[in-house]
Amino acid sequence: MYVAVKGGEKAIDNAHRLLADRRRGDRSVPALTLEQISEQLALSVDRVMGEGSLYDRRLAALAIKQSRGDLIEAIFLIRAFRTTLPRFGYSLPVDTGTMLLERRISACFKDLPGGQLLGPTFDYTHRLLDPDLAGDGPVDEGVRGDADTGAAPRVTDLLARGSLIEDDGESDPEHQPGDLTRNPVEFPMERDTRLQALARGDEGFLLALGYSTQRGYARSHPFVGEIRIGEVDVEIEIPELGFSVPAGRVQVTECQLVNQFKGSASVPPQFTRGYGLVFGQAERKAMSMALCDRALRAGEYGEDVVAPAQDEEFVISHCDNVQATGFVEHLKLPHYVDFQAELDLIRRMRASHGGAPVKTDDGQEAAE
Amino acid sequence: MTLTEQQNARRARMGLLARSSARQLVELWVKLGEEPEHSLLRGPETGSITLRGRMGGGGAPFNLGEATVTRAAVGLADGTVGHAMVLGRDLEKARIAALVDALCQDERELERIEGGLLTPLRVAEADCERVRREQTAATKVDFFTVVRGED
Repeated sequence: MYVAVKGGEKAIDNAHRLLADRRRGDRSVPALTLEQISEQLALSVDRVMGEGSLYDRRLAALAIKQSRGDLIEAIFLIRAFRTTLPRFGYSLPVDTGTMLLERRISACFKDLPGGQLLGPTFDYTHRLLDPDLAGDGPVDEGVRGDADTGAAPRVTDLLARGSLIEDDGESDPEHQPGDLTRNPVEFPMERDTRLQALARGDEGFLLALGYSTQRGYARSHPFVGEIRIGEVDVEIEIPELGFSVPAGRVQVTECQLVNQFKGSASVPPQFTRGYGLVFGQAERKAMSMALCDRALRAGEYGEDVVAPAQDEEFVISHCDNVQATGFVEHLKLPHYVDFQAELDLIRRMRASHGGAPVKTDDGQEAAE
Repeated sequence: MTLTEQQNARRARMGLLARSSARQLVELWVKLGEEPEHSLLRGPETGSITLRGRMGGGGAPFNLGEATVTRAAVGLADGTVGHAMVLGRDLEKARIAALVDALCQDERELERIEGGLLTPLRVAEADCERVRREQTAATKVDFFTVVRGED
């Protein structure tokens, strides 16, 4: 518990002014523009949009600037901002099958319709620091190829034709997807609400949990069926018109994991699946989300829940970095009265233990 | 739901306006001449829309996250109403998009706006998309099978 304390206004004002000063840094260095952040730190912007759960590149860039590059602080700013927006409702579900692709790979099939498109990837780079980037030399544009690569259907749709893999998971058309921004979180959760929580969950946390499943804590042996990155159309219903209209495009990353089998006496064995979908170019996050989604489906497959990644309440309650940072960082706030109580308690315990004699309230000042 | 040919054309037009760059849209709009008399029926106002995905890509819907969106509705002097719903927070872009939507419901206006505004937007979008597709295509992996002495 912390209590209200008075005073310190001047110190707080000055601290904030100092923060602004340090944020700006050396005045002889030009200030960052939002365009620079949006264009050149694009993947930071993507992470802030994804975990801030608000797609708006310019706002995310502003948040990164304001937070001095502290991405969790930036995510916090975005979450706070989104609560000020009036809500206009829900879009139609985006169709990732008709994505304007920037990248599309499969670790399951060498030759697949539409081909393997590497796109702007860090894969196959040597991870050697490039001293040239310290300067501002000219950079070549991307090479142009023959764009007629044909349709690129989702790999899971190709596999589904032979029923080798479980289907996408239809639900009752009357069922409204859960929305944890509107309703309190309850366990157990439906998979739709869980996916919403994972989509805005902390990349580091989900990465670690996903990694744990690979190391044997809830082994499920995944293959990357497909990763695709690109832009999808967002369609929104306009009630006055009676039909939906395209409102623009957003960039998303989708990861389809194909995992080992599940079958029963009545159903022949099939591959099982995990799914990840995240704003922006966020491949590591989408993969981690898919690993966690698959692990959290343990109940559906009758698997024993033996590992942290399979524990829905554990994963979902701790994957939100704004909640997590709020609770961890609140420890910095004044807990003077609490601590006085504990001090008092330990003194009495020690006294009854026959230890050091009880000193009176030398911490009294702090409590006030 | 099946839409009429006109509704489909209107839908496509509204999508084109929504995806256009605000700067280009304003430039072309200004070049088209004086704005018609109109009243703002709603907005332009910015809010959020919750974007949905589908589990597994094609399964049951779930809520992916939100996006900023700006909407506007305008009424022309003759009572025609135009709508706009565009991602982002650009109020002027939404207002112009709604005006264009209203005007394009008149055949003669449509012709003028098609040439002066919609066609250039369409060309710009197609160019931009083609470059993206071609750059991505250049990163396509051409696998080859290592010859093992058999044909």
